[in-house]
Amino acid sequence: MFDAISPQLLFGQLLIGLINGSFYAMLSMGLAIIFGLMNVVNFAHGAQYMLGAFTAWLLLNYLGVPYWGALVLAPVIVAAVGMAMERAVLRPLQHLDHLYGLLATYAVALIVEGLIRQRYGATGMPYPSPINGGVNLGFMFLPWYRFYVVIFSIVICLGTWLLIEHTRLGAYLRAANEKPDIVESFGVNVPRMITLTYGFGVGLAALSGVLAAPIYQVSPSMGTSLMITVFAVVVIGGIGSISGAIMTGYVLGLVEALTKVFYPAGAGMVVFVVMIIVLLMKPNGMFSSPERL
Amino acid sequence: MRDEVTTAGILSVNDLHAWYAESKALHGISFEVREGELLTLIGRNGAGKTTTLRSIMGIVRKRTGSVRFRNEELIDKRIYQIARKGLAYCPEERAIFSSLSVKENLTLPPVLQKGGMADDELLKAFPNLQRRASSQGTKLSGGEQQMLAIARILRTGSRFLLLDEPSEGLAPVVVKEIAELIRKLKRQGFTIILVEQNLRFARSVADRHVIVENGRVVDILTSDALSQDMARVQSYLGV
Ligand SMILES: Nc1ncnc2c1ncn2[C@@H]1O[C@H](COP(=O)(O)OP(=O)(O)OP(=O)(O)O)[C@@H](O)[C@H]1O
Ligand SMILES: [Mg+2]
Repeated sequence: MFDAISPQLLFGQLLIGLINGSFYAMLSMGLAIIFGLMNVVNFAHGAQYMLGAFTAWLLLNYLGVPYWGALVLAPVIVAAVGMAMERAVLRPLQHLDHLYGLLATYAVALIVEGLIRQRYGATGMPYPSPINGGVNLGFMFLPWYRFYVVIFSIVICLGTWLLIEHTRLGAYLRAANEKPDIVESFGVNVPRMITLTYGFGVGLAALSGVLAAPIYQVSPSMGTSLMITVFAVVVIGGIGSISGAIMTGYVLGLVEALTKVFYPAGAGMVVFVVMIIVLLMKPNGMFSSPERL
Repeated sequence: MRDEVTTAGILSVNDLHAWYAESKALHGISFEVREGELLTLIGRNGAGKTTTLRSIMGIVRKRTGSVRFRNEELIDKRIYQIARKGLAYCPEERAIFSSLSVKENLTLPPVLQKGGMADDELLKAFPNLQRRASSQGTKLSGGEQQMLAIARILRTGSRFLLLDEPSEGLAPVVVKEIAELIRKLKRQGFTIILVEQNLRFARSVADRHVIVENGRVVDILTSDALSQDMARVQSYLGV
C-alpha cells in the first residue's frame, strides 16, 4: 500500500493540511477567546470570516485597495461591525442562559449570508493572489502565497497566545474569564473589555478570511462549510483553551491530509470520528482544565 | 447622639433592598459609616451581611434604596463606576485567580487614585507573597490567599474597604496577623466595613457594630456597649 504513494501526493496533501490547519487554528482560537470571556459560542464566526474575505473583494473591486491594504482594513471594518453587534444584540442577552447568545449569533450569521447571497449571488468570485510563483522543492512545488499563509498564521497564533498568557492585558482577560465581577470591582471597565475582546475575535476571523480569499473563492457560504470542522476542532481542543485550540487546529489539518493520502474515503469524516472518540474519553476536550471552563 | 450630628457619614446606606433573581435577601438596610471608622456587620449565617456589601459595590444588581458615598448616589451605578469612586471590596471567598500567578494577582488592580501602594511597597509589606510571587495564585495557603486578597485592593488607592469575613476558616495565629493588618489600616486612616462572626475579633478592632438579622438592621452598638452586653449580641447570633 505504501509504495503506491508518491512523495508529490504525500507532501502536496501535507501542505494542504497545513493550510487548512492554519485556518482551523486561527478560527478556533478566536472562538475560544470569545467563549472564555463571554460564554457565548459565536456561531457568527463563519459569517465574519466570510465578511473579511468579502470586504477585501469589495475594497479591491470598488475602491482599488490592494490585498495588503485589505489585510489591515478588512479586519478593522468587520471588527467594528462585530462590536456594534455585541452592543446591540449580545449585551442585552448577557444575563440570560448562554443558549440565547448562541442562537442570536446563529441568526446574525444566517441574515448576513442571506443578504450577501441576495446581492452578489452564490457563486464564488476569484481574488487574485498578491504573491505569484513558487519554488520547486524537488519532491513538490510550493507556491509562495501558501508558504506565506502558513508562516503568517503561525505568527498570528503565537502572538495572540503570548499576548494572552504573558502580558498584563492578557492577565486582565484571564482574570475576567474566571471572575468578571471581581475584576470589575477593581475599577476595570469590564463591559468595554467584553466589546473589545469580541471585536478582537471577530477581527481574527476576518483576517483569516482575507488570507483565505486568494486560496479559496470568495463566496457567501465559504464560512459555513469551514465552521462545521472548526467547531469540531474546538470541541476536541476543549472550548475556552487558547493553546488547545491552536494545537488542535494544526494537528487536525494534518490528520485530515494524511487520511486523504492513505484512506481518501475517510477524509471528510476523520475530524468527526476524532471528535466522538475525544468526547467519549475526555468530555471537556483534550486541553481543558476545570478552571478555564 | 451629639457625635452623630457633628460627624457626617461618608457612606450612608438607606432603606436598601436587594434580590437574587426573585428571592429577596435585604429588606431595608440602613446605617452610616463615618470617615476613618471601622464598622462591623454582625449576624448569623444567611442574615444578609455579604449581600449588603455586594449591593453597596453593585455586584448584586437588583437593588433599591439609596447608597450615598461622599454625597454621590451609587445605587444606579455599575460596579466599575462604584470602584472608581474609591470603594474596594474583598470578597468572602477571596477570589484569587487560578490562571494568574501570585504576582499577577497582586498587581492586577489598576491604580485608580493617588495614594495606591506601589508594587515594591506591597511586596515589602507582604514578604510571604514576595517569596511565592511566581506560583499559581490558588496554590497559596488560606491565610496567604487572604493576605493577597486584601493586599491587592490596597493597590487601587481606594480609602474605603469592604472586607467580608477575612478571618473565616483561618488558624488563630493567622487570624491574629489579619487583625494586626486591619488595625494598621485603620491607623492609616482607612474607613472599613468588616463582616465578622468572631465577636472577640470584631470587638478588638471595631468602633461600632451593626447587627443584621433577616435582611434588616436590628441594632447598632459601640464596642463598649457590645462588651457590656455580650449576652444580648450572642442571642442575635444564636450562640
Ligand atoms: N447567589 C445567591 N443566590 C440566591 N440566594 C442567595 C445567594 N447568595 C445569598 N443568597 C441568600 O441571601 C440571603 C443572605 O445571604 P448572605 O450571603 O448575604 O448572608 P451572610 O450574612 O453573608 O451569611 P454568611 O454568614 O453565611 O456569609 C440568604 O438567605 C442566602 O441564602
Ligand atoms: Mg457572607
